Amino acid sequence: MTGDPGKLSCAEFQAQLPELIGSGEDVASHPHVLGCDRCRALLAELETIAEAARQLFPSVEPPDEVWTQIESAIQREGK
Amino acid sequence: MPNSSSSAQAPRPIPPKGGNEPKRAGGADRSSSAARPDSRDGDVLARAQAGDHQAYAQLYALHKRRIYSLCLRMVGNVAEAEDLTQEAFLQLHRKIATFRGDSAFSTWLHRLAINVVLMQLRKKGLSLISLDEAMEPTPDEGPSRSFGAPDLTLTGAIDRLALERAVADLPAGYRLIFILHDVEGFEHNEIASMLDCSIGNSKSQLHKARLKLRDALRAQTSPEERS
Repeated sequence: MTGDPGKLSCAEFQAQLPELIGSGEDVASHPHVLGCDRCRALLAELETIAEAARQLFPSVEPPDEVWTQIESAIQREGK
Repeated sequence: MPNSSSSAQAPRPIPPKGGNEPKRAGGADRSSSAARPDSRDGDVLARAQAGDHQAYAQLYALHKRRIYSLCLRMVGNVAEAEDLTQEAFLQLHRKIATFRGDSAFSTWLHRLAINVVLMQLRKKGLSLISLDEAMEPTPDEGPSRSFGAPDLTLTGAIDRLALERAVADLPAGYRLIFILHDVEGFEHNEIASMLDCSIGNSKSQLHKARLKLRDALRAQTSPEERS
């Protein structure tokens, strides 16, 4: 469908990136990436951002009052 | 300025799904790493559906962090996130009997919570791109193309505050998909189910969200590069 993947232009390769990344393929081994510094840098940065999101955004505990409010509202609705 | 009068700008509430959600393929599906509490949900869920308040409290305890965190990331305001969490779990209480187990419970619950968040965003009429628009942004609204861009410098550690700011500045639709996938760890098939979009669309929008974040982080590092 796309011919030789190693001969893709950067635009063609980047158009395929969402699917390649989303499919869980080893995109770093893609022939275009192996031969293109710019796309290799792009890929590394996107991975850095995704990794940072996992590490920098821990889940947060809601305060106990939220549950108190929920229980009160349930009781009101039950009446 | 926000243009809340535009119907295209209103986030689209997602219709509820009960028993007709597409089932994931077989037992070898990519069950989400995000759906961790589900293994403990089965018995508790059945009891909560039968009206056992203690079981409902257990469900709350299992899922409160992730729902609250989602709300907080989406609205960026603690008080508002608390209200939205409360509303999401109240809706859960009202609708729990309609859950038929055709999707993971956490997926279903997140879908419900997302609707609550989207309704809130619509009420506020924020100058945020709607979920619909995020799904099909115009070329001008999308992130910059990468080819031809200067070499990047986002290697190594990303500052937490910088990333938080960049995520907060994302259009709502992009932000939602980024949070669901990269922060919460949901798979694309689950996000597609939550948002009523295709898996390909979820992948595409996540990619665009990451590109926008990359642009924003680069701009924070070197503001002059943007011009």
